Amino acid sequence: MTKNKQTLTITIDGKKIAVEEGITILKAAEKAGIYIPHLCAYKDLIPHGSCRVCSVRVNGRIQASCVQTVSEGMVIESDTAELLEYRRMIVDMLFVEGNHFCMFCEKSGHCELQAMAYRFGITAPQFPYLNPNRDIDLSHPDVFLDHNRCILCGRCVRTSQELDHKNVFQFVNRGHKKRLEVNAKGLAETDLNVTDSVVNACPVGALMKKRVGYEVPIGNRPFDHASIGSEIEKTEGERK
Amino acid sequence: MGTRKYTILPVTRVEGHGKVTIHMNEANEVTEARLHIVEFRGFERFILGRPYWEVPVIVQRLCGICPVSHHLAAAKAMDRIVGGEDLTPTAEKMRRLMHYGQMFQSHALHFFHLSSPDLLFGTDGTALSAFDAPPEMRNILAVAGKFPELAVQGVMMRKYGQEVIKATAGKKIHGTGAIPGGINKNLSIEERDFLLKDIDKMIEWSKSAVKIAKDFTLGHVEELLPFGSFDSNHLSLVRKSDGALDLYDGVLRAVDKDGNRIVDDVDYQRYLEVVSEEVRSWSYMKFPFIKKLGHEQGWYRVGPLARLNTASFIPTPLAENERKEFKAVTNGKPNNVTMCYHWARMIELLHSIEMIQELLHDSDLQGTDLVTSGPRREETVGVLEAPRGTLFHHYRVDKNDAVVMANLIVSTTNNNEPMNQAVKRVAKDHFTGKSNITENLLNRIEVAIRAYDPCLSCATHALGKMPLVVELYDAGNSLLDSKIRE
Repeated sequence: MTKNKQTLTITIDGKKIAVEEGITILKAAEKAGIYIPHLCAYKDLIPHGSCRVCSVRVNGRIQASCVQTVSEGMVIESDTAELLEYRRMIVDMLFVEGNHFCMFCEKSGHCELQAMAYRFGITAPQFPYLNPNRDIDLSHPDVFLDHNRCILCGRCVRTSQELDHKNVFQFVNRGHKKRLEVNAKGLAETDLNVTDSVVNACPVGALMKKRVGYEVPIGNRPFDHASIGSEIEKTEGERK
Repeated sequence: MGTRKYTILPVTRVEGHGKVTIHMNEANEVTEARLHIVEFRGFERFILGRPYWEVPVIVQRLCGICPVSHHLAAAKAMDRIVGGEDLTPTAEKMRRLMHYGQMFQSHALHFFHLSSPDLLFGTDGTALSAFDAPPEMRNILAVAGKFPELAVQGVMMRKYGQEVIKATAGKKIHGTGAIPGGINKNLSIEERDFLLKDIDKMIEWSKSAVKIAKDFTLGHVEELLPFGSFDSNHLSLVRKSDGALDLYDGVLRAVDKDGNRIVDDVDYQRYLEVVSEEVRSWSYMKFPFIKKLGHEQGWYRVGPLARLNTASFIPTPLAENERKEFKAVTNGKPNNVTMCYHWARMIELLHSIEMIQELLHDSDLQGTDLVTSGPRREETVGVLEAPRGTLFHHYRVDKNDAVVMANLIVSTTNNNEPMNQAVKRVAKDHFTGKSNITENLLNRIEVAIRAYDPCLSCATHALGKMPLVVELYDAGNSLLDSKIRE
């Protein structure tokens, strides 16, 4: 027997919003046209809470809005100078931790990490580059995995499991040694298919379809004219 | 006084960084003069392992002046990897438009921003020789002060070329237009009309640029003929069917100093049968030569002067008329005068804008058939005529799409020996017997190098900075004098 969901009232950045119980702060904000920046949260996958870009203050405490569900009377702060600075630092660290060369990356203009940096006004990193030595797996006939660009968001791990019902990707090691691996010697030995949902799940240029790079001209790419999150921030009238 | 060695570091108003050393003996005779390229870039190494479709976008980062050359040479190579070398008319014409836009902006940049101070202030009566402009006048700001209209033309012509590139590649610098087997966009009617708006003005300005270069050359013939000049072979692509000047595609042709064809109608996929590269310990830039003549006799010039020497004609009317005048000076024989590069370059500028005009009126540019493909290949060569000369890109790609071998022979590399010859000639003619090397004499060396419009960063594939230094050493190899320009 399903219980009727109750409607709760929460406040985000001073705006009172009526929301359904049980949903996350991130989803509730989206429904109300408020964009909370995020990277690892993706579609209806089970939230991961790993990138921390979506951190907000909930009744004074910092929480990841993609995993925290709403409760009555919650007071949430998102668009504050303090949180914006934290988010910038996180994005900045993601850039220097890998090898992100936007200038020739085929994901440029489509990349959520790059778009996030533009939205935050990041023009150059404030931390030193780590320049890790990472490889690229081109063994699969139709899909490639460039570890240089991986930000460990886990979208591929979860999409493969939850939507494709496969188990192509996994994390190995812990802490700063954590990395993405495929459950075989290389992508070619897995049951990954180019039509799998996971091929479109990567927010950056790590997991990509082969031989289609740069087909969309500059000027027509998703983030050439609209910043990330602007779709959510449109008023109801604009969305129609 | 013992032997001396001068070093010019850095060589100024060229793209990238170079160094010149001049050795003189006890009798103040020049014994050796060299242009050293001390930058190292390593593109041939770090594209290894990358997927082939990234290459046209990565390698153009070699340069910010003519990135389109590398973009297109690599794309032409990758066309063959995907079996798509027979491009659709829209794709080929869009690429050509991009290339002529680049040729136009690069030639304008070199002539107006980098070289015009040498040419303009030597000719206005304030200087005794073509090269005696005072140092404080040798810059684009001085040109803007004295010849404001001309300076504006230079800036606007470069801008026009950049707009052509933007319309075809998406960005003025480092765009993405060419993809393996084609192009990613056509030219919209709005883009076409925007470019057509100023085309007549650009043609007029290009004609007057040719006139400036021609008047300068013919007005100083006696001084310019021997200046940094020497006989050489000349190499370029020419159009396959009729030997016409073709900057985007064609077959290899080389002529000797008298115009005899030593290489003709050679498919550039076979370039290794024609050219080889020699390594010398004192420079990061290799020395290419025509194989059958050996490295002593086989070195050659490339670029605007070489192209006017190899091509049978220019397929646009205004530039062809100018070419005929240019050829008449040497009675139809190859022109071996270093300073004539400027005149030849401006004739190509005019040709490029004529080609742009022709293409803008071609409705194929609004076509929608953009990409083609065929049987896959593993090895490929892409060659075109870049603003500074013939550009070779050679790659091997494995079955997983990874680049496993890359060799780039960049335009300026082809001109390595010629630039060294020019430096040697100027040093011998102007330094011999002089115990004190003045700034003005050093400038003459640079004027000779600048004629080739070298792009030193491209040519060494640059890690770090290399400013121009001239050093003077004595017979015991101890440093007597050094001039440095940052």
